[in-house]
Amino acid sequence: MKHIVIIGGGIAGIETASALTDAGHWVTVIEKEAQVGGKLNNWSYLFPDFTPVDKIKSVLQEKCSEKDFSVLHQTEVRSILRQNGKFSIETSGEQQLEADAVVVATGYELFDARRKEEYGYKIYDHVITSADLEQLLLPNGDLTVAAGENPKRIAFVHCVGSRDEKSGNHYCSKVCCITGVKQAIELRKRLPEAEIYCFYMDLRMYGKHFEELYREAQEKYDIQFIRGRLSEASEKIDKSLLIKAEDTLSGRPLKMNVDLLVLLVGMEAGKGTTTAAATCGIGCEESGFLKTTDSFLKSNFSEQEGIFLAGSCTAPMSVNDTILHARSAAQEVNNWLLRK
Amino acid sequence: MKNFGYTVIKQRTIDYDQFDGRLLNEVLEMEPSFKVCLSCGGCTATCSAGDLVSFNVRRMNLLLRRGQTVELESEIKKCMLCGKCMLVCPRGINLRNVIMLVKKSILKYKPVNS
Repeated sequence: MKHIVIIGGGIAGIETASALTDAGHWVTVIEKEAQVGGKLNNWSYLFPDFTPVDKIKSVLQEKCSEKDFSVLHQTEVRSILRQNGKFSIETSGEQQLEADAVVVATGYELFDARRKEEYGYKIYDHVITSADLEQLLLPNGDLTVAAGENPKRIAFVHCVGSRDEKSGNHYCSKVCCITGVKQAIELRKRLPEAEIYCFYMDLRMYGKHFEELYREAQEKYDIQFIRGRLSEASEKIDKSLLIKAEDTLSGRPLKMNVDLLVLLVGMEAGKGTTTAAATCGIGCEESGFLKTTDSFLKSNFSEQEGIFLAGSCTAPMSVNDTILHARSAAQEVNNWLLRK
Repeated sequence: MKNFGYTVIKQRTIDYDQFDGRLLNEVLEMEPSFKVCLSCGGCTATCSAGDLVSFNVRRMNLLLRRGQTVELESEIKKCMLCGKCMLVCPRGINLRNVIMLVKKSILKYKPVNS
Protein backbone atom coordinates (compact mmCIF):
# COMPACT_ATOMS: atom_id res chain seq x y z
CA MET A 1 0.00 0.00 0.00
CA LYS A 2 1.29 3.42 -0.95
CA HIS A 3 1.43 6.14 1.69
CA ILE A 4 0.62 9.73 0.79
CA VAL A 5 1.19 12.64 3.13
CA ILE A 6 -0.93 15.75 2.61
CA ILE A 7 0.19 19.04 4.09
CA GLY A 8 -2.88 21.06 5.07
CA GLY A 9 -6.33 19.97 6.20
CA GLY A 10 -8.41 22.64 4.50
CA ILE A 11 -10.88 22.02 1.72
CA ALA A 12 -8.17 20.95 -0.73
CA GLY A 13 -6.33 18.72 1.74
CA ILE A 14 -9.40 16.85 2.95
CA GLU A 15 -10.88 16.49 -0.53
CA THR A 16 -7.59 15.09 -1.88
CA ALA A 17 -7.27 12.77 1.12
CA SER A 18 -10.77 11.50 0.65
CA ALA A 19 -10.32 10.79 -3.07
CA LEU A 20 -6.95 9.08 -2.55
CA THR A 21 -8.38 6.93 0.23
CA ASP A 22 -11.18 5.89 -2.12
CA ALA A 23 -8.51 4.92 -4.64
CA GLY A 24 -7.11 2.48 -2.07
CA HIS A 25 -4.17 4.42 -0.68
CA TRP A 26 -3.04 5.07 2.86
CA VAL A 27 -3.28 8.79 3.54
CA THR A 28 -2.10 11.03 6.40
CA VAL A 29 -3.10 14.69 6.61
CA ILE A 30 -0.95 17.13 8.58
CA GLU A 31 -3.01 20.07 9.86
CA LYS A 32 -1.59 22.93 11.91
CA GLU A 33 -4.90 23.86 13.55
CA ALA A 34 -7.03 21.89 16.00
CA GLN A 35 -9.80 21.52 13.44
CA VAL A 36 -9.98 20.81 9.73
CA GLY A 37 -11.62 23.09 7.16
CA GLY A 38 -8.98 25.80 7.06
CA LYS A 39 -10.23 29.16 5.88
CA LEU A 40 -13.70 27.77 5.35
CA ASN A 41 -14.10 28.35 9.08
CA ASN A 42 -13.97 32.13 8.45
CA TRP A 43 -17.09 32.24 6.31
CA SER A 44 -20.80 31.89 6.94
CA TYR A 45 -22.43 31.68 3.51
CA LEU A 46 -20.88 30.95 0.14
CA PHE A 47 -21.32 32.75 -3.16
CA PRO A 48 -23.07 32.68 -5.54
CA ASP A 49 -26.07 30.91 -3.99
CA PHE A 50 -25.69 31.62 -0.24
CA THR A 51 -24.99 27.99 0.62
CA PRO A 52 -24.41 27.82 4.38
CA VAL A 53 -20.75 27.00 5.00
CA ASP A 54 -21.80 24.42 7.59
CA LYS A 55 -23.12 22.27 4.77
CA ILE A 56 -19.67 21.98 3.16
CA LYS A 57 -17.94 21.79 6.53
CA SER A 58 -20.08 18.91 7.71
CA VAL A 59 -19.33 17.00 4.50
CA LEU A 60 -15.60 17.48 5.11
CA GLN A 61 -15.95 16.41 8.72
CA GLU A 62 -17.98 13.39 7.70
CA LYS A 63 -15.21 12.37 5.31
CA CYS A 64 -12.68 12.72 8.13
CA SER A 65 -14.64 10.53 10.51
CA GLU A 66 -15.97 7.94 8.06
CA LYS A 67 -13.07 7.42 5.74
CA ASP A 68 -9.95 5.59 6.64
CA PHE A 69 -7.37 8.37 6.60
CA SER A 70 -5.78 9.99 9.61
CA VAL A 71 -5.41 13.67 10.44
CA LEU A 72 -2.58 14.84 12.67
CA HIS A 73 -3.98 17.98 14.29
CA GLN A 74 -1.90 20.87 15.58
CA THR A 75 1.03 19.50 13.72
CA GLU A 76 3.40 21.11 11.25
CA VAL A 77 6.04 19.73 8.93
CA ARG A 78 9.61 20.28 10.11
CA SER A 79 11.49 18.78 7.22
CA ILE A 80 11.11 16.62 4.13
CA LEU A 81 13.98 14.54 2.84
CA ARG A 82 14.07 12.38 -0.25
CA GLN A 83 15.50 8.94 0.55
CA ASN A 84 15.58 5.91 -1.77
CA GLY A 85 12.70 7.18 -3.87
CA LYS A 86 10.59 7.94 -0.81
CA PHE A 87 10.00 10.99 1.31
CA SER A 88 11.02 11.04 4.92
CA ILE A 89 8.96 13.63 6.79
CA GLU A 90 9.62 14.94 10.26
CA THR A 91 6.75 16.66 12.07
CA SER A 92 6.63 19.17 14.91
CA GLY A 93 5.12 16.33 16.97
CA GLU A 94 8.45 14.47 16.66
CA GLN A 95 6.86 11.92 14.34
CA GLN A 96 8.76 10.39 11.48
CA LEU A 97 6.61 9.59 8.44
CA GLU A 98 7.61 7.81 5.29
CA ALA A 99 5.65 8.70 2.16
CA ASP A 100 5.58 7.69 -1.50
CA ALA A 101 4.12 11.02 -2.52
CA VAL A 102 3.44 14.38 -0.92
CA VAL A 103 0.56 16.76 -1.65
CA VAL A 104 0.97 20.40 -0.64
CA ALA A 105 -2.44 21.89 0.19
CA THR A 106 -1.40 24.76 2.42
CA GLY A 107 -3.90 27.29 1.07
CA TYR A 108 -3.84 31.03 1.47
CA GLU A 109 -3.97 33.78 4.08
CA LEU A 110 -6.23 36.82 4.00
CA PHE A 111 -4.54 40.11 3.25
CA ASP A 112 -3.85 42.02 6.47
CA ALA A 113 -5.90 45.19 5.88
CA ARG A 114 -3.80 47.15 8.39
CA ARG A 115 -1.17 47.31 5.67
CA LYS A 116 -3.52 49.55 3.69
CA GLU A 117 -3.26 52.21 6.36
CA GLU A 118 -5.08 54.89 4.39
CA TYR A 119 -8.31 52.91 4.79
CA GLY A 120 -7.91 52.92 8.57
CA TYR A 121 -8.56 49.30 9.48
CA LYS A 122 -8.00 48.84 13.24
CA ILE A 123 -7.54 52.61 13.47
CA TYR A 124 -11.13 53.70 12.87
CA ASP A 125 -13.99 52.00 14.69
CA HIS A 126 -16.27 51.23 11.78
CA VAL A 127 -13.87 49.94 9.17
CA ILE A 128 -14.13 46.16 8.91
CA THR A 129 -12.98 43.47 6.48
CA SER A 130 -15.14 41.11 4.46
CA ALA A 131 -14.08 38.32 6.84
CA ASP A 132 -15.26 40.38 9.85
CA LEU A 133 -18.55 41.11 8.11
CA GLU A 134 -19.06 37.43 7.38
CA GLN A 135 -19.27 36.75 11.13
CA LEU A 136 -21.74 39.62 11.56
CA LEU A 137 -23.93 38.19 8.82
CA LEU A 138 -24.76 35.15 10.94
CA PRO A 139 -28.32 35.34 12.31
CA ASN A 140 -27.16 36.61 15.74
CA GLY A 141 -24.56 39.02 14.32
CA ASP A 142 -24.73 42.59 15.58
CA LEU A 143 -24.54 45.10 12.76
CA THR A 144 -25.14 48.23 14.84
CA VAL A 145 -22.52 50.96 14.69
CA ALA A 146 -23.65 53.05 17.67
CA ALA A 147 -26.06 52.54 20.57
CA GLY A 148 -28.70 50.46 18.86
CA GLU A 149 -28.36 52.18 15.51
CA ASN A 150 -28.02 50.34 12.29
CA PRO A 151 -25.69 51.80 9.67
CA LYS A 152 -27.63 54.00 7.25
CA ARG A 153 -25.00 54.06 4.58
CA ILE A 154 -22.45 51.35 3.88
CA ALA A 155 -19.64 51.22 1.35
CA PHE A 156 -17.68 48.22 0.11
CA VAL A 157 -14.16 48.72 -1.22
CA HIS A 158 -13.07 46.18 -3.82
CA CYS A 159 -9.46 45.10 -4.47
CA VAL A 160 -8.04 45.73 -0.98
CA GLY A 161 -4.60 44.16 -1.08
CA SER A 162 -5.17 42.94 -4.65
CA ARG A 163 -4.07 44.52 -7.91
CA ASP A 164 -2.02 46.84 -5.75
CA GLU A 165 1.74 47.15 -5.95
CA LYS A 166 1.77 49.30 -2.83
CA SER A 167 0.63 46.21 -0.94
CA GLY A 168 3.09 44.06 -2.87
CA ASN A 169 0.26 42.15 -4.58
CA HIS A 170 -0.08 42.81 -8.27
CA TYR A 171 -2.47 39.94 -8.93
CA CYS A 172 -6.26 39.72 -8.81
CA SER A 173 -7.63 37.67 -5.91
CA LYS A 174 -10.52 36.60 -8.09
CA VAL A 175 -13.15 35.93 -5.44
CA CYS A 176 -13.56 39.36 -3.80
CA CYS A 177 -15.76 40.86 -6.55
CA ILE A 178 -18.42 38.25 -6.11
CA THR A 179 -17.95 38.18 -2.32
CA GLY A 180 -18.71 41.92 -2.30
CA VAL A 181 -21.86 41.43 -4.34
CA LYS A 182 -22.96 38.54 -2.14
CA GLN A 183 -22.35 40.43 1.10
CA ALA A 184 -24.03 43.59 -0.22
CA ILE A 185 -27.16 41.55 -0.93
CA GLU A 186 -27.03 39.92 2.50
CA LEU A 187 -26.70 43.35 4.12
CA ARG A 188 -29.64 44.64 2.10
CA LYS A 189 -31.78 41.75 3.37
CA ARG A 190 -30.87 42.66 6.93
CA LEU A 191 -31.02 46.44 6.47
CA PRO A 192 -33.79 47.27 4.00
CA GLU A 193 -33.45 51.01 4.65
CA ALA A 194 -29.69 51.35 4.20
CA GLU A 195 -27.88 52.78 1.19
CA ILE A 196 -25.24 50.33 -0.05
CA TYR A 197 -22.41 51.22 -2.40
CA CYS A 198 -19.63 49.20 -4.01
CA PHE A 199 -16.48 50.99 -5.13
CA TYR A 200 -14.82 48.89 -7.81
CA MET A 201 -12.18 49.14 -10.54
CA ASP A 202 -13.49 46.23 -12.60
CA LEU A 203 -16.14 43.71 -11.67
CA ARG A 204 -14.88 40.27 -12.58
CA MET A 205 -17.90 38.02 -12.61
CA TYR A 206 -16.08 35.05 -14.07
CA GLY A 207 -17.97 32.12 -12.61
CA LYS A 208 -21.23 30.34 -13.11
CA HIS A 209 -24.15 32.46 -11.81
CA PHE A 210 -21.84 35.33 -10.82
CA GLU A 211 -23.06 37.76 -13.47
CA GLU A 212 -26.65 36.86 -12.60
CA LEU A 213 -26.02 37.70 -8.95
CA TYR A 214 -24.48 41.04 -9.93
CA ARG A 215 -27.54 41.80 -12.01
CA GLU A 216 -29.80 40.82 -9.16
CA ALA A 217 -27.85 43.12 -6.85
CA GLN A 218 -28.69 46.02 -9.15
CA GLU A 219 -32.19 45.02 -10.10
CA LYS A 220 -33.67 43.57 -6.98
CA TYR A 221 -31.50 44.79 -4.11
CA ASP A 222 -30.72 48.34 -5.18
CA ILE A 223 -26.96 48.10 -4.64
CA GLN A 224 -25.16 51.10 -6.17
CA PHE A 225 -21.92 50.50 -8.05
CA ILE A 226 -19.41 53.33 -8.41
CA ARG A 227 -16.37 52.85 -10.62
CA GLY A 228 -13.41 54.26 -8.75
CA ARG A 229 -10.78 53.22 -6.27
CA LEU A 230 -10.87 54.74 -2.81
CA SER A 231 -7.89 56.96 -2.15
CA GLU A 232 -8.47 57.32 1.58
CA ALA A 233 -10.91 57.21 4.46
CA SER A 234 -10.96 59.47 7.49
CA GLU A 235 -12.95 59.24 10.68
CA LYS A 236 -15.20 62.06 11.80
CA ILE A 237 -15.91 62.99 15.38
CA ASP A 238 -19.20 61.03 15.31
CA LYS A 239 -17.21 57.94 14.18
CA SER A 240 -18.70 58.01 10.70
CA LEU A 241 -16.23 57.87 7.84
CA LEU A 242 -15.50 60.28 5.04
CA ILE A 243 -14.34 58.42 1.98
CA LYS A 244 -12.86 59.79 -1.21
CA ALA A 245 -12.75 58.29 -4.69
CA GLU A 246 -13.04 59.43 -8.23
CA ASP A 247 -16.31 58.64 -9.90
CA THR A 248 -14.32 57.73 -13.00
CA LEU A 249 -17.38 57.41 -15.20
CA SER A 250 -18.40 60.99 -14.60
CA GLY A 251 -14.76 62.06 -14.32
CA ARG A 252 -15.13 63.95 -11.06
CA PRO A 253 -13.81 63.47 -7.55
CA LEU A 254 -16.44 62.17 -5.17
CA LYS A 255 -16.72 62.19 -1.40
CA MET A 256 -19.23 60.43 0.74
CA ASN A 257 -19.97 59.94 4.39
CA VAL A 258 -20.63 56.35 5.43
CA ASP A 259 -21.42 54.63 8.73
CA LEU A 260 -19.67 51.39 7.89
CA LEU A 261 -16.81 50.66 5.51
CA VAL A 262 -16.19 47.09 4.39
CA LEU A 263 -12.81 46.20 2.91
CA LEU A 264 -12.92 43.25 0.52
CA VAL A 265 -9.58 41.74 1.42
CA GLY A 266 -7.72 39.58 -1.06
CA MET A 267 -5.72 36.39 -0.80
CA GLU A 268 -2.00 35.95 -0.19
CA ALA A 269 0.09 32.79 -0.31
CA GLY A 270 0.73 33.24 3.40
CA LYS A 271 3.19 31.75 5.80
CA GLY A 272 2.01 28.15 5.55
CA THR A 273 2.53 28.04 1.81
CA THR A 274 5.83 29.93 1.87
CA THR A 275 7.15 27.59 4.54
CA ALA A 276 5.97 24.54 2.61
CA ALA A 277 7.75 25.83 -0.51
CA ALA A 278 11.01 26.13 1.42
CA THR A 279 10.62 22.76 3.14
CA CYS A 280 9.77 20.94 -0.09
CA GLY A 281 12.27 22.83 -2.22
CA ILE A 282 9.62 23.94 -4.70
CA GLY A 283 9.38 27.30 -6.43
CA CYS A 284 6.99 30.21 -5.99
CA GLU A 285 5.62 32.57 -8.58
CA GLU A 286 6.24 36.28 -8.25
CA SER A 287 2.86 36.42 -6.52
CA GLY A 288 4.12 34.08 -3.79
CA PHE A 289 1.77 31.27 -4.82
CA LEU A 290 3.34 27.95 -5.75
CA LYS A 291 4.61 27.34 -9.23
CA THR A 292 2.99 24.63 -11.32
CA THR A 293 4.96 23.08 -14.15
CA ASP A 294 2.31 23.75 -16.80
CA SER A 295 -0.67 25.98 -16.33
CA PHE A 296 -2.88 24.00 -18.68
CA LEU A 297 -1.93 20.37 -18.36
CA LYS A 298 0.03 20.09 -15.13
CA SER A 299 -1.66 22.42 -12.70
CA ASN A 300 -1.15 19.90 -9.88
CA PHE A 301 2.56 19.28 -10.47
CA SER A 302 5.31 21.05 -8.56
CA GLU A 303 8.88 21.35 -9.73
CA GLN A 304 9.76 18.32 -7.60
CA GLU A 305 8.89 14.84 -8.82
CA GLY A 306 6.47 13.24 -6.39
CA ILE A 307 5.36 16.49 -4.74
CA PHE A 308 1.90 17.57 -5.90
CA LEU A 309 -0.11 20.73 -5.39
CA ALA A 310 -3.78 21.15 -4.56
CA GLY A 311 -5.98 24.18 -4.09
CA SER A 312 -5.35 27.81 -3.32
CA CYS A 313 -1.65 27.39 -2.52
CA THR A 314 -1.23 27.65 -6.31
CA ALA A 315 -3.47 30.69 -6.94
CA PRO A 316 -6.50 32.44 -5.46
CA MET A 317 -9.42 30.06 -5.84
CA SER A 318 -13.08 29.78 -4.94
CA VAL A 319 -14.36 26.89 -2.83
CA ASN A 320 -15.74 25.33 -5.97
CA ASP A 321 -12.48 25.55 -7.90
CA THR A 322 -10.57 24.28 -4.87
CA ILE A 323 -12.67 21.14 -4.67
CA LEU A 324 -12.14 20.45 -8.38
CA HIS A 325 -8.41 21.17 -8.18
CA ALA A 326 -8.11 18.82 -5.19
CA ARG A 327 -9.90 16.03 -7.01
CA SER A 328 -7.65 16.43 -10.01
CA ALA A 329 -4.63 16.37 -7.67
CA ALA A 330 -5.79 13.03 -6.30
CA GLN A 331 -6.14 11.69 -9.83
CA GLU A 332 -2.65 12.88 -10.79
CA VAL A 333 -1.10 11.35 -7.66
CA ASN A 334 -2.86 8.08 -8.32
CA ASN A 335 -1.74 7.97 -11.97
CA TRP A 336 1.80 8.85 -10.99
CA LEU A 337 1.94 6.11 -8.35
CA LEU A 338 0.64 3.56 -10.86
CA ARG A 339 3.32 4.55 -13.37
CA LYS A 340 6.06 4.52 -10.79
CA MET B 1 -27.42 86.34 -49.06
CA LYS B 2 -29.70 85.01 -46.40
CA ASN B 3 -27.94 83.07 -43.69
CA PHE B 4 -29.94 80.00 -42.81
CA GLY B 5 -27.50 79.03 -40.07
CA TYR B 6 -26.42 75.87 -41.82
CA THR B 7 -22.84 74.91 -41.24
CA VAL B 8 -20.52 71.96 -41.45
CA ILE B 9 -20.37 70.43 -38.00
CA LYS B 10 -16.94 69.35 -36.84
CA GLN B 11 -16.75 65.60 -36.27
CA ARG B 12 -16.68 64.53 -32.63
CA THR B 13 -15.26 61.12 -33.47
CA ILE B 14 -11.79 60.32 -32.22
CA ASP B 15 -10.07 59.82 -35.54
CA TYR B 16 -7.45 57.25 -34.71
CA ASP B 17 -5.94 57.52 -38.18
CA GLN B 18 -4.97 61.09 -37.37
CA PHE B 19 -3.42 60.06 -34.05
CA ASP B 20 0.02 61.48 -33.43
CA GLY B 21 1.71 59.18 -30.94
CA ARG B 22 5.05 60.93 -30.73
CA LEU B 23 4.45 62.66 -27.42
CA LEU B 24 2.96 59.52 -25.90
CA ASN B 25 5.87 57.40 -27.05
CA GLU B 26 8.40 59.85 -25.71
CA VAL B 27 6.70 59.91 -22.31
CA LEU B 28 6.40 56.12 -22.19
CA GLU B 29 10.03 55.71 -23.09
CA MET B 30 11.20 58.04 -20.35
CA GLU B 31 8.65 56.83 -17.79
CA PRO B 32 7.63 53.23 -18.61
CA SER B 33 5.62 52.92 -15.40
CA PHE B 34 2.95 55.00 -17.14
CA LYS B 35 2.08 52.06 -19.39
CA VAL B 36 0.25 50.22 -16.64
CA CYS B 37 -2.48 52.71 -15.65
CA LEU B 38 -5.68 50.93 -14.58
CA SER B 39 -7.84 54.06 -14.81
CA CYS B 40 -8.94 53.48 -11.23
CA GLY B 41 -9.09 57.19 -10.44
CA GLY B 42 -7.32 56.96 -7.08
CA CYS B 43 -5.04 59.78 -8.22
CA THR B 44 -7.93 62.07 -9.05
CA ALA B 45 -9.67 61.27 -5.78
CA THR B 46 -6.74 62.46 -3.71
CA CYS B 47 -5.60 65.31 -6.00
CA SER B 48 -5.23 68.66 -4.20
CA ALA B 49 -6.02 70.59 -7.37
CA GLY B 50 -8.91 68.43 -8.58
CA ASP B 51 -11.05 69.35 -5.57
CA LEU B 52 -11.11 72.98 -6.64
CA VAL B 53 -10.75 73.11 -10.40
CA SER B 54 -11.70 70.79 -13.19
CA PHE B 55 -8.40 68.96 -13.19
CA ASN B 56 -8.39 65.21 -13.60
CA VAL B 57 -5.03 63.46 -13.39
CA ARG B 58 -6.45 60.17 -14.60
CA ARG B 59 -7.65 61.79 -17.81
CA MET B 60 -4.06 62.80 -18.64
CA ASN B 61 -3.46 59.20 -19.59
CA LEU B 62 -6.49 59.23 -21.85
CA LEU B 63 -5.65 62.58 -23.45
CA LEU B 64 -2.12 61.40 -24.20
CA ARG B 65 -3.32 58.10 -25.62
CA ARG B 66 -5.87 59.83 -27.83
CA GLY B 67 -3.41 62.48 -28.96
CA GLN B 68 -5.47 65.38 -27.57
CA THR B 69 -2.41 67.54 -27.18
CA VAL B 70 -4.13 70.93 -27.11
CA GLU B 71 -6.41 69.99 -24.24
CA LEU B 72 -3.53 68.32 -22.48
CA GLU B 73 -1.42 71.46 -22.51
CA SER B 74 -4.03 73.50 -20.70
CA GLU B 75 -4.80 70.66 -18.30
CA ILE B 76 -1.31 70.05 -16.95
CA LYS B 77 -0.92 73.70 -15.99
CA LYS B 78 -3.32 73.00 -13.15
CA CYS B 79 -1.07 70.42 -11.49
CA MET B 80 0.82 71.64 -8.41
CA LEU B 81 3.23 68.70 -8.43
CA CYS B 82 2.39 67.80 -4.82
CA GLY B 83 2.77 64.09 -5.59
CA LYS B 84 -0.17 62.78 -3.55
CA CYS B 85 -1.38 60.86 -6.61
CA MET B 86 1.83 58.85 -6.51
CA LEU B 87 1.20 57.80 -2.91
CA VAL B 88 -2.19 56.42 -3.86
CA CYS B 89 -1.49 54.82 -7.25
CA PRO B 90 -1.94 51.04 -6.97
CA ARG B 91 0.49 50.49 -9.79
CA GLY B 92 3.23 52.77 -8.53
CA ILE B 93 3.23 55.12 -11.51
CA ASN B 94 5.57 58.10 -11.21
CA LEU B 95 2.90 60.60 -12.20
CA ARG B 96 4.92 63.65 -11.27
CA ASN B 97 7.57 62.63 -13.73
CA VAL B 98 4.90 62.05 -16.38
CA ILE B 99 3.64 65.60 -15.91
CA MET B 100 7.16 67.03 -16.04
CA LEU B 101 7.91 65.08 -19.23
CA VAL B 102 4.71 66.30 -20.86
CA LYS B 103 5.50 69.87 -19.83
CA LYS B 104 8.97 69.60 -21.35
CA SER B 105 7.94 68.05 -24.65
CA ILE B 106 4.46 69.25 -25.41
CA LEU B 107 5.48 72.34 -27.37
CA LYS B 108 7.44 70.17 -29.78
CA TYR B 109 4.37 68.17 -30.71
CA LYS B 110 1.55 70.68 -30.45
CA PRO B 111 -0.20 71.08 -33.83
CA VAL B 112 0.93 74.32 -35.49
CA ASN B 113 -2.56 75.57 -36.27
CA SER B 114 -3.84 75.26 -32.70
